[in-house]
Amino acid sequence: MGDWMTVTDPGLSSESKYISQYTSETKMSPSSLYSQQVLCSSIPLSKNVHSFFSAFCTEENIEQSISYLDQELTTFGFPSLYEESKGKETKRELNIVAVLNCMNELLVLQRKNLLAQENVETQNLKLGSDMDHLQNCYAKLKEQLETSRREMIGLQERDRQLQCKNRNLHQLLKNEKDEVQKLQNIIASRATQYNHDMKRKEREYNKLKERLHQLVMNKKDKKIAMEVLNYVGRADGKRGSWRTGKTEARNEDEMYKILLNDYEYRQKQILMENAELKKVLQQMKKEMISLLSPQKQKPRERADDSTGTVISDIEEDAGELSRESTWDLSCETVREQLTNSIRKQWRILKSHVEKLDNQVSKVHLEGFNDEDVISRQDHEQETEKLELEIQQCKEMIKTQQQLLQQQLATACDDDTTSLLRDCYLLEEKERLKEEWSLFKEQKKNFEKERRSFTEAAIRLGLERKAFEEERASWLKQQFLNMTTFDHQNSENVKLFSAFSGSSDWDNPTVHSRPRQKKPHGAPSGSPVCTSKLTKSLPASPSTSDFCQTRSCVSEYSSISVLNTAPEESKPNQVGRECTNQKWSVASRPDSQEGCCSGCSSTHADAHIEKDDLP
Amino acid sequence: MHASARSPDWLRRSSSVTSGRGGAVAADWAGWVSRSWGPAAAMNFSEVFKLSSLLCKFSPDGKYLASCVQYRLVVRDANTLQICQLYTCLDQIQHIEWSADSLFILCALYKRGLVQVWSLEQPEWHCKIDEGSAGLVASCWSPDGRHILNTTEFHLRITVWSLCTKSVSYIKYPKACQQGITFTRDGRYLALAERRDCKDYVSILVCSDWQLLRHFDTDTQDLAGIEWAPNGCVLAAWDSCLEYKILLYSLDGRLLSTFCAYEWSLGIKSVAWSPSSQFLAVGSYDGKVRILNHVTWKMITEFGHPTTINNPKIVVYKEAEKSPPLVLGRLAFPPPRAAAGPLSSTESEYEVASVPVSLQTLKPAADRANPRIGIGALAFSPDNCFLATRSDSVPTAVWIWDIQKLRLLAVLEQLSAVRCFQWDPRQARLAICTGGGKVYLWSPAGCVSVQVPGEGERKRGCEQTRPRAEGESPSREAPFHKPQGRRVCALDWGPRRLASQARGSLPTC
Repeated sequence: MGDWMTVTDPGLSSESKYISQYTSETKMSPSSLYSQQVLCSSIPLSKNVHSFFSAFCTEENIEQSISYLDQELTTFGFPSLYEESKGKETKRELNIVAVLNCMNELLVLQRKNLLAQENVETQNLKLGSDMDHLQNCYAKLKEQLETSRREMIGLQERDRQLQCKNRNLHQLLKNEKDEVQKLQNIIASRATQYNHDMKRKEREYNKLKERLHQLVMNKKDKKIAMEVLNYVGRADGKRGSWRTGKTEARNEDEMYKILLNDYEYRQKQILMENAELKKVLQQMKKEMISLLSPQKQKPRERADDSTGTVISDIEEDAGELSRESTWDLSCETVREQLTNSIRKQWRILKSHVEKLDNQVSKVHLEGFNDEDVISRQDHEQETEKLELEIQQCKEMIKTQQQLLQQQLATACDDDTTSLLRDCYLLEEKERLKEEWSLFKEQKKNFEKERRSFTEAAIRLGLERKAFEEERASWLKQQFLNMTTFDHQNSENVKLFSAFSGSSDWDNPTVHSRPRQKKPHGAPSGSPVCTSKLTKSLPASPSTSDFCQTRSCVSEYSSISVLNTAPEESKPNQVGRECTNQKWSVASRPDSQEGCCSGCSSTHADAHIEKDDLP
Repeated sequence: MHASARSPDWLRRSSSVTSGRGGAVAADWAGWVSRSWGPAAAMNFSEVFKLSSLLCKFSPDGKYLASCVQYRLVVRDANTLQICQLYTCLDQIQHIEWSADSLFILCALYKRGLVQVWSLEQPEWHCKIDEGSAGLVASCWSPDGRHILNTTEFHLRITVWSLCTKSVSYIKYPKACQQGITFTRDGRYLALAERRDCKDYVSILVCSDWQLLRHFDTDTQDLAGIEWAPNGCVLAAWDSCLEYKILLYSLDGRLLSTFCAYEWSLGIKSVAWSPSSQFLAVGSYDGKVRILNHVTWKMITEFGHPTTINNPKIVVYKEAEKSPPLVLGRLAFPPPRAAAGPLSSTESEYEVASVPVSLQTLKPAADRANPRIGIGALAFSPDNCFLATRSDSVPTAVWIWDIQKLRLLAVLEQLSAVRCFQWDPRQARLAICTGGGKVYLWSPAGCVSVQVPGEGERKRGCEQTRPRAEGESPSREAPFHKPQGRRVCALDWGPRRLASQARGSLPTC
C-alpha cells in the first residue's frame, strides 16, 4: 500500500496543480487565493470539499459568489443560474432548479472524472511497470549483446591464431617435404657416389686379386697338392666319365627332366585341389537343389509368378547336373555354366533365407508380444483360478474339519446319540420299505410290458415271414405266368435281389477299383517318368530305365498289389531294389501327388547317388 | 598355472640311472609334467667330455659323434659314447665336417692351409690336402662325400678336390658373401654366387662332374645370399641389407619373380624355405616376416613382431627363475660350489603370462653398423606347420607362428637372450638355447626348461640335432660346448629308452 501512495502522490499533485493553474488563470475569483491554497495542499479533494465551499461563500458575498458561479458555469456551457430576465435592470432571480441541476450535473461530472482519473492512474501504473520491465529487458539484452560481441571477438581471435598456426604448419610441412626431398636427393647422390666408389674399389681389388692369382697360382706351387693313401670309389659305385658334349646334353636333359617332374607334380597337386573343389561345388549344388526343390511344390500349388522361373531354372539345373561327367572336361563354357548356376541358386537361397529370417523375426516379435500379453492374462486368470481353488479347498477342509469335529463330538457322547439315531433310522427304514415295494411293483409292470412287447415282435416277425413267403409265391406265380423259358435266370435275379441290403453297395466298388487303379498305375506312373527322362536325359539309357524301375518301385510301395508294371523293367528292378528302396520311400508323396515334379527331382537325386556309388 | 617343467634334481646325476630309480623319478614327474607333456618324461645326460673350439658334430646317420680336443679328433659311438676312433692331426683343428654318407670326416686346419680327411671304415686311410700359399678360409664336402671344396684366401677361387680321381677343378670368382654356396637337397646341383666386373652372377654346376650348367647375372646391387628350395627347382637370391630385394630363379636360370616390400630402408636379414618348398619366409630389418607363396610368388601374409601382446589367444610362456625351496635340514653349512655358481644353480620354469604382456626390448644403437633390429633367425618346423622367429630387438623372445592359420601361436620369453633354436627333424618340437645352463623345449602341448648338468660352469650353446638313425625310433641329441671346460654333455631324449629300459625318457609330445 505504501508503494501505491508514493507512486500516485506526485501524479495527483501535478494534476491538481494543473487544475489549479487553469482555474486561477482564467478566473478572477475573489477567493482564488483560497482555492489555490486549498488545491495546492496535498490533502485529497473530496475531504475538503465541504470546508472549501464553506470558505468560498460567506454571508457577505453570496451575491458575488452566485454571480461568479453563474459566470463560471455559463462559460462551461451550463445553463445560467439565474432566471431569464424579463427586463433590464430587473434583478435577476436565482433559479433554484437550475442550481440544483447544475449541481447534479457537476456531481455527475465529478464522479465521471474521478472514474476516469482512476482508470488513467491504473493505466499509468501499468505502463510504468511495463516500462520498467522493458528497461530491464533492454539492459539484459544489451549485456548479452556485449558478451556475445566479446565472444565473437575472442573466437575471431582464435580463428586468426589457428589460421596462423595452420599457415605455420603448412610452412613447416613444406619445409619438411623439401627437407625430405633434399635428403632423398642426398641419399641418392650418396648411393651413386658409394656405388661408384665401390665399383672403383672393387675393380682395384679385382686387379689385385688377378695379380695375386697370377703370382700364387702360376708359381707352380709344389705345396698345392693332395696326398691320398689310395683313391676311394665313388659313392654310387660308378666310374667318373669324361667331359664331352654328350655329358653336357645329358645334364641339360636331366635338368629339364627334374623341372618337368616338379611341374608335373605341381600340376597334379593343382588338379587334385581342383577336383576337390569341384566335388565341393557339386556337393553344394546338390544340396542346394535338394534344399530348394521341396519349396517349389508349395508355390506351384499357389500362384507362381515369381517362383515359376526359379523352378524352371532348378529343373534345368537338375538336367544339367545329370551331365556332370562333362565337368571333368573343365572347359570354359561348362565352368561358366556351373558358376552361373551356382551363383543363381545361391542368390535364390540367400533371398529365401533372408525371407525366412524376416518372417521368423517378425513372427518372433509378434509372437513375443502376443505371448507376453497372453501369458500375463493367463497368469492372472490362472492365479485367480488357483486362488479360487485354494478358497474352495480351504472351505472343503473347513467343512471336513467341522464334520470330523462333529463326528468326534458325536462319538464322544455315543450313548445319547445312538438312541436318537436309532429312532431316526426306524422312521427311515419304514419309508424305505414303502418305497421298495413301490419300486418292485413298478418293476413288475415293466417286465410285463416287455414281455408283451417281445411277443408282439415275434408275432410281427412271423407275420413278416409269412408275408415274404406269400410274396415269393406270388412272384413265382407271376413269373411262371409271364415267362416259361428262363426259369433259371429268374431264379438268379431273385436271389440277387434277395441279398440286396448289403451286397448291392459293395459290389460296384469291387468292380470299379481296379478300373480306377489301372489308369493311375500304368499310364500316369511310368510313362510320365520316362517321358520326363527322355526330355532331360537324351543319352543315358541306363539312368532312364533306372528311373523307370524307380517309379515301379514307388508304385510297388504305394500300391500293395501291382500287376501293371512294365514287363521289361522287372529284371532290373529285382537287382536294384535294395538300392532303390530308399528313393521310393523318399519320393512316395511326390509320386502320388504330382508325379512329374517328384520324378524330376528324385531322378536328379538318384543320379547323383548313383554316380557316387561306384 | 605352470605349463612348464623344472629340471629336477635327479637330472644332475649322470646317465647311469637305474631302472628302479628311473621309475621313482617318473612317478615324481608325472604330477607336474603331465599337465604339459602328457606321459611321464625324463632326459638323460651323459658325462661331460673335453672339447676345444666348440667342435662337436654328430654324423649324418646319427651313429657317431665327432669331437675335437686340440689336434685330436675323437669319434664316439652315439649310443654308448664309447670311443671308436682317435685320429691325430698335424695342428689344432679349426673345423670339422662329416661327409654326407658318414664315412669320412674332414678336419680343416686353416692356419696351415691344410685339410685332413679321415675314414671311419679304414682307420689307416688318410688324405691330406695342402692349399699352399693360396691359403684356406673355408672347406666343405660336396653332397656325394667324395669331393672337397676349398675356398682360398681372398676368395680367389674354389678348388674342388676329388677323393676318387686325381682331378682337381677350379672355380674362379666366388663371391665372398653371407651364403654363397648352396647345394640342392638331392645333391645334384651346386649354386654359386660369383662376382665379376662389379656384377653379381650365379653359376649352377652339376655336382657329378662339376660342369657348368647355367650361368646368369642377377639383378642385384650386392648379392648377399642364395638358397635352394628343398625341391631343388627354385633358387632364392637376395640382395644385401641395403636394399630389400629377393629374386627367384628357376633351375634353368629363368627369373621367376622378384619381390620388394619397401625401399629406402635396411632390407632382408634372414630367409628360410619351408620344407615343402611351398613358402618362403623373409625376415627383414623392419621387424617383420613376410611369407611368399610358391605359385604366384606374392606375399601371403606379413608377421609383425609386436612388443606387447594383447590377444588372449596367444600363449605367452615366461621363463621365471625359481629359487629352490629352503629346507632347513638340507641346508649345508658351507654352501656347495654348485649352489654358489652364478647361473647353473638357479632353476627356472615357465609360467603362462596373462595378457597383455609387454616384452623386453633392446634399444638399437642407430649410429652403429649392423644394428640389433630385424628378424635375425627363422626356421620352419619339419611338418610345415610352425615357424619360429627371433627378433633381434627383442632378443629374449622366440615367436612361434601357426602357418596353417597364419597367426601368432605362442611367444616364449626367456630370461636371457636367445642364441639359437632348432626344430626337431622329426616332429614339431623346438629346442632353444640361450647360452645359460639350460635347454628349452617347446611343442604345441607346452614347454619345458631343462637344466643341463655341469658344475658351476657357463655353457655356450650351439646345438645340433642328430638326424635319426635308420629304423630307429626318434631320438635327438644336442651337444653343448663349454669353452673353458672343454667338455661336452650330450643330452639325449627318446621314448625308445623309456620303452625299453625305463631309463631316460622325455616324452614325445
